[in-house]
Amino acid sequence: MDARTSDAARSVLEAPDIARVLTRIAHEIVERAKGADDVVLLGIPTRGVFLARRLAARLEEITGRSAGELPVGSLDITMYRDDLRLRPARALARTDIPDDGIDGRLVVLVDDVLFSGRTIRAALDALGDIGRPRAVQLAVLVDRGHRELPIRADYVGKNLPTSLRETVKVQLTEEDGRDSVLLGLRETTSADGK
Amino acid sequence: MKRHLISAADLSRDDAVLILDTAEELARLADRPIKKLPTLRGRTVVNLFFEDSTRTRISFEAAAKRLSADVINFSAKGSSVSKGESLKDTALTLEAMGADAVVIRHHSSGAPHRLATSGWINGSVVNAGDGTHEHPTQALLDAFTMRRRLASGASGVGQDLSGRRITIVGDVLHSRVARSNVHLLSTLGADVTLVAPPTLVPFGVESWPCDVSYDLDAVVGKSDAVMMLRVQRERMNAAFFPTEREYARRYGLNAERMARMPEHAIVMHPGPMNRGMEITAEVADSDRCTAVEQVANGVSIRMAVLYLLLGGNEPAVTAARTEENQ
Repeated sequence: MDARTSDAARSVLEAPDIARVLTRIAHEIVERAKGADDVVLLGIPTRGVFLARRLAARLEEITGRSAGELPVGSLDITMYRDDLRLRPARALARTDIPDDGIDGRLVVLVDDVLFSGRTIRAALDALGDIGRPRAVQLAVLVDRGHRELPIRADYVGKNLPTSLRETVKVQLTEEDGRDSVLLGLRETTSADGK
Repeated sequence: MKRHLISAADLSRDDAVLILDTAEELARLADRPIKKLPTLRGRTVVNLFFEDSTRTRISFEAAAKRLSADVINFSAKGSSVSKGESLKDTALTLEAMGADAVVIRHHSSGAPHRLATSGWINGSVVNAGDGTHEHPTQALLDAFTMRRRLASGASGVGQDLSGRRITIVGDVLHSRVARSNVHLLSTLGADVTLVAPPTLVPFGVESWPCDVSYDLDAVVGKSDAVMMLRVQRERMNAAFFPTEREYARRYGLNAERMARMPEHAIVMHPGPMNRGMEITAEVADSDRCTAVEQVANGVSIRMAVLYLLLGGNEPAVTAARTEENQ
């Protein structure tokens, strides 16, 4: 995420595209969960949380529920990462589990980019310490490939074939002031998470 | 953050706020069914206690265990120390057992510093109270409690304590808690006032970043937090004040004094309390007294410190050590 993208970064998704993609994913969730009655959305900080909130708003709209009714939270996975000892200790983000918990619910994890799959592995471990969901599904805005673990997404905004030299940067209004997905070239050679 | 935590004065404002923010997130773990994180699996934390303690030792033990570290408790009583083993030999023994962190409480000021700088051990050293010098994790948990209680926003994440007026009352001379708090609170932007009988004000206090007063009534009315220190009877051989009754009357916190504190102000005590001495039972049991909350916050703060010291790698430190060995 923090690898600098060069000036030649190319926009692959713009704000209207992201809006359409999220609407489509919301419809897919309703379709597969047969009404999304027991769905809990958990975003992975930072940008996954904003995507989860946007998805929740759309799900409420589609299923005719009032705003704020659908449980949405955040799940920080820092303490569960497998690369903690490769870097200095990092600041933690907020974990916010909805009041009714996740036991017996359908948890949909939401993240911005699916890459190695290690973040999701950590998220699954974190979920195990919080409760026992009926099932866990994964929604991502961009799947850029290069999986290092047997993990796949249930809902994908856009499949983006990339090379390892490229970087994918998701920008969202809540954090970056604009909505877009940028594809750039990595300047450093360090193996970055995303 | 540095590799050791010896003194609250070593922490920058950003370090301190990072520790408080990390503790804020870790405090939420207490509401979960499984109060455990896998972060320090396979790391060994040694609690090396040369002085009696319940609160601090249990707190460090709980913190390390919640982060899945292996904990070895060592107390001087019933160990080779009572046979005359030196600090150096004890340290070398711990190093041979592969301690990643040593939490040390010692009756001599400077023992943790010696342990950290002597090269006897490679792990991180955390000061859990040394003589009359410092007790940095106590200061951190006090600051954490203040920020949670006094902050305007949601538990004050990212904020410091700028503009807050904190009064520390009692036996400042013997108090490592007071010393650490003065450094940390001033780093965090708070205005600290020490109130004590002149005989219990330490030599050289002019150079500390705080004010000194001998009149408790003059300052309680404008304090956001009043921290009462324990009168350390075990160090009171030299008769620092005439009678306990006189001390309680002039420097103790009773209901009448508490009533003159601002509406939002809190009463703090690091424990163990001498009820009837520095604090009356009525004040100690009131909602405004945070003594029990401070103990709960202590676990979160110590988890944050252990995580930030041991959770990641520290290439700069490793590199420096390799050079030394060459």
